[in-house]
Amino acid sequence: MKFSSVISTGGEWLRGEGPHHQIVISSRVRLARNLRNRSFPGWAKKAERTAILELIKPRVEELPEMQDSFSELLQDLSALEKQVLVERHLISREHAAKGVGSAVVMNRRQTLSIMVNEEDHLRMQSIRSGLQLKQAFKLVDKVDSALESKLEFAYDQRLGYLTACPTNVGTGMRASAMLHLPGLVLSELINQVIQAVSKIGLAVRGLYGEGTEAMGNLFQISNQTTLGEKEDEIISRLSKVIETIIEKEHDARQVLIQKKSNTLSDQIGRAYGVLTFAHAMTSKEALNLLSIIKLGVDLGAFPEDRRLPIDELFIDTQPAHLQKSSQQKLSAEERDHLRAQIIRDRLKVFPKPDISKLANESDNGSSFRASNNE
Amino acid sequence: MLCDVCKCNDATVFLTQILEGKMQKVNMCDACSKEKGVQDPTGFALADLLLGIGAAEEIEKGASTQKCPVCGYTQADFKKTGRLGCSTCYVTFGEGLNNLLKAMHKGTEHVGKLPQRAHRTVELNDKMRTLTESLQKAVAEENYETAASLRDQIKQLEHELASSS
Repeated sequence: MKFSSVISTGGEWLRGEGPHHQIVISSRVRLARNLRNRSFPGWAKKAERTAILELIKPRVEELPEMQDSFSELLQDLSALEKQVLVERHLISREHAAKGVGSAVVMNRRQTLSIMVNEEDHLRMQSIRSGLQLKQAFKLVDKVDSALESKLEFAYDQRLGYLTACPTNVGTGMRASAMLHLPGLVLSELINQVIQAVSKIGLAVRGLYGEGTEAMGNLFQISNQTTLGEKEDEIISRLSKVIETIIEKEHDARQVLIQKKSNTLSDQIGRAYGVLTFAHAMTSKEALNLLSIIKLGVDLGAFPEDRRLPIDELFIDTQPAHLQKSSQQKLSAEERDHLRAQIIRDRLKVFPKPDISKLANESDNGSSFRASNNE
Repeated sequence: MLCDVCKCNDATVFLTQILEGKMQKVNMCDACSKEKGVQDPTGFALADLLLGIGAAEEIEKGASTQKCPVCGYTQADFKKTGRLGCSTCYVTFGEGLNNLLKAMHKGTEHVGKLPQRAHRTVELNDKMRTLTESLQKAVAEENYETAASLRDQIKQLEHELASSS
């Protein structure tokens, strides 16, 4: 499978399906594994890293899940191609910085991606749309069991799976979900939620994980600890917290509709106006405005069939996707111009926001909740 | 500079405490400082409070020259990067790591998935324990015939254990 077909197929998790898909964009579970008695990638010399890669990569490629896969050495990918994979969350930012001795293998559906020689020898990740942490874990667990029969993993009776960073030791598992929380942000409740979540040993991060800014009202929530708790316990604890946040987000939206419908209509109208008529737009501004339009679709101000084009814009307006589609490297200014143009083109066929629909929702609160809690 | 708690993020909160004329420094990232509820760091042996008892000393002698026999990684390397060199480093730096792991995680022992290979070892170890107990009982009861048979079974098991690990 070629890189061009990775680009042209959207990847299953981008389709916006699955339970609670309006608020939960995607669910991801990754497992970190290392080979026994080998230096971890960050410490191994180039020759050892390459030897480890040659040991692991064929085993990964022969997995039944990896039939018709995309498999590439990191040094054979351009900076732009790596960035596209980062924007799709198929590799980490850290992995994108790697060259000789590292590789990525992913399946056609882009639901499974395996990084070789990232921070650990193996980082296996499964990604699904909506809230499907259990299903994501099931796939990655199966892959782990299959690889374990062919590769000898570093494992300690007491500490479990051994990883380069002590924060991952034990299960080596990080489960996370990407949440779209405009309601909590607009009603200024988000910091409260973030604080409460971090107190119970979970982490809240920005769009691209550790140390990144929250943009487009998108937040990643994940388990912080990996030792002393079983995988399924971690996942069900995380899922419960996420379900509570989803409820809070719905509540916040309800309150906004009932008490601040003017502010809400104004926000949606302005976002629509700027996106429809602007000629230069940074990716941050685009994400923030698209987030409000997405909220508008959720609340009925735009027809339901407008959901997919908006979701697609979230990815297509990211810097690397933009440059890849235009087949050339662009300056920041040119990117902002092209981004605005793409958005204008796609919004041409978009109806104006129907604010009266919003008002109807508030008259009919109970059915609104039911329809959003499927 | 990396956070002393998670060793992953850059430290943004720097705490200095002078206690009985001795200076202690703890560097933390934003998330860890919030998680540890650091607001008013008065009246505590801070490093001990945040990283577990004895951690302050660990930090002090962080630049010690202990070296991993397998990969050559040193404690100073760990202090710098927050990452370990290889799986054996967990044994080499075991003592210092234990406090760190205690502060970092929910527990100190893995209770999750076992690799098939480890699964087998755990089973064999359990069987070995039962057999040893039975053997001691048989000897105490002067039941030598049973004891002899148990001894043979233990030998067989020892062999299996050696080949499985």
